[in-house]
Amino acid sequence: MSEQTAEITAPDLAGTGSHLEHLSMQQALNRALAESLEENAKTLIFGEDVGQLGGVFRITDGLQQRFGADRVFDTPLAESGILGMSVGLAMAGFHPIPEVQFDGFAYPAVNQIVCQIGRMNYRSRGTLPMPITLRVPSFGGIRAPEHHGESLESLFAHVPGLKVVSPADPHQAYHLLKHAIRRPDPVIFMEPKARYWQKGPVDTADGGTLEGARVARPGRHVTLIAWGAMVARCLQVAELAAEDGIDVEVLDLRWLKPIDTAALAASVTRTRRAVVVHEAPRTSGLGAEIAALVTEECFNVLKAPVERVTGFDVPYPSGDLEDEYVPNIDRILFGIQRVLEHRRG
Amino acid sequence: MNSTPTPPQEELTKLYELLVRVRQLDIAAVRWQRQGIIPGYAPLLGQEAAQVGSGYAVDTARDFVFPTYREMGVARAMNVDMVQYMATHKATWHGGLYDPAATHLAPIQAVVAGSVLHAVGWAHGQTLAQHEPVHGAGTGVALTYFGDGASSQGDVHEAMNFAAVMKAPVVFFVQNNGWAISVPTAAQVAGGAVAARAAGYGMPSLAVDGNDVVSVLAATRQAIGHCRAGNGPMLIEATTYRLGPHSTSDDPGRYRSLADEQAARSLDPVQRCADLLRTAYGTGDDYFESVFADAEAEAERVREGLESLAPRPGADMFRYVFQETTPALQHQETTWREESEHV
Repeated sequence: MSEQTAEITAPDLAGTGSHLEHLSMQQALNRALAESLEENAKTLIFGEDVGQLGGVFRITDGLQQRFGADRVFDTPLAESGILGMSVGLAMAGFHPIPEVQFDGFAYPAVNQIVCQIGRMNYRSRGTLPMPITLRVPSFGGIRAPEHHGESLESLFAHVPGLKVVSPADPHQAYHLLKHAIRRPDPVIFMEPKARYWQKGPVDTADGGTLEGARVARPGRHVTLIAWGAMVARCLQVAELAAEDGIDVEVLDLRWLKPIDTAALAASVTRTRRAVVVHEAPRTSGLGAEIAALVTEECFNVLKAPVERVTGFDVPYPSGDLEDEYVPNIDRILFGIQRVLEHRRG
Repeated sequence: MNSTPTPPQEELTKLYELLVRVRQLDIAAVRWQRQGIIPGYAPLLGQEAAQVGSGYAVDTARDFVFPTYREMGVARAMNVDMVQYMATHKATWHGGLYDPAATHLAPIQAVVAGSVLHAVGWAHGQTLAQHEPVHGAGTGVALTYFGDGASSQGDVHEAMNFAAVMKAPVVFFVQNNGWAISVPTAAQVAGGAVAARAAGYGMPSLAVDGNDVVSVLAATRQAIGHCRAGNGPMLIEATTYRLGPHSTSDDPGRYRSLADEQAARSLDPVQRCADLLRTAYGTGDDYFESVFADAEAEAERVREGLESLAPRPGADMFRYVFQETTPALQHQETTWREESEHV
């Protein structure tokens, strides 16, 4: 792993000890896991094929060899078992970091996630915390078989007792994962699998604020709200729109629960127009919640109804149709056009 | 079946006293539901020996018990405060008010087979802790309860397989009480017995007369010893009979006959223990009368405790969702508080 890591000696302009490296998200996540295992002896990584193999996406590559089979281990192939076991390990004082191999494989574990992980702290009146970080390779974009391209954020965000976060780039992935693992509450960590292999700068010394949303690109005319793999796409859209003189702000929501309402309000109060972009189906998708929040907070300044550019209310399609389903640049540009051209009454 | 040696008199009287206390509290709880003191209850009548015998074997300093919603007898045998336990049936708090971390009794679990996997995780944690440089003699053991109905749940299979693969110190304690609400075991459990399934996981099992507190205690001690010594999981199937309804909302008359219930009553586990005390130690009527009076007095104290148990403040709804609360939750609490004050 380390041979592949191209380390950049960046000028430390601010004199803050900034330490920039050029990593893929897979490398950044792997690094974050290794450092979390080092930092806290109670952390455990387990799931399907995460040991010897290093996970089907190699996110846990080398960790069993380095930390031993007590800390990093393969389980039988049963997601409910993996998550149910996480509850018991948390009750015994451990900090489980289970992996569900693909988004769609979380469905067999929904009973344990919803009825147990989300409620044990509540049921026990805070005496049995559930510091579980569930890593889920998520969203589409890799021409995969059925159940390998799902977007579950709305499902999990609806469940009391769970928090949900999704990183957009290697820097965010490195810091948000370490931050999530340190939390005393259950966090569903949705990794945009389509972005695993793109490299980007990671400042390992400074993650900045890790709560709430972040402005990925400032702009004046319209706010694009996105998370996970859609953030990079929205940044591309912003570049294209700039050619036409449209100054797009991209808000990387990061935390899908709790949603950073203040950041939404601050951005849309400036731009007065909002477009939410997500891969999940439209109906009851997180875009609906965001549209409601923006409307509540910004009703008096909004120039147009909040626009949603989303997947459709269909099962995630086969690879051939994937590009028709996942919001693409054209569809996002149309969304921007609709809010810019909207005229009242 | 009853080849188990009779315990010393001191132990047998302790078991008997627990049986009677559990029996009288259980009967009282049904009465309180009818009187409107508690909104609902899941009686364990007939299962006292299965619960007391197994719960009594637990070392509450290092073992951990994972109950369902019908393990009052186990909780009592573990000396859990009965007002705090019964608070769940008073609808005060779902998990009860006792401290699971302190009592080593997991919160009351309403999901059928919900906590069986938790036992496996907790038990594997004990194995991992044993690998640390400093450790005591023998590992803590998880004891998880479920019924014949729950044995149909996929999580039970996953739990047994995980435990066997990882050699986790788990005792799977099946109370086969004959009924999953209205469905009899014959229509629930293929293969004749849940215990028969253990062989498929390479796990030893014991089938015990669940109405014989002495056999249940001996089997549970054997299973806990097996686990504690690092031999992996073990299964106990205690055959008993749910003499009462599934819950105080249930009507067994719709699915079984009075004659069946009367026949099952002849197996009364409390009476059996009393008979053993008389034959083995010549225990006399005075003792039995005083045990009964003590049990009635305990039930009365629990009733007083429950009746004086105030509802939890509404703020508790918000307080325990997370360790680190969220702005949205704080906002909802503030709104709730403002709007409730106007009522």
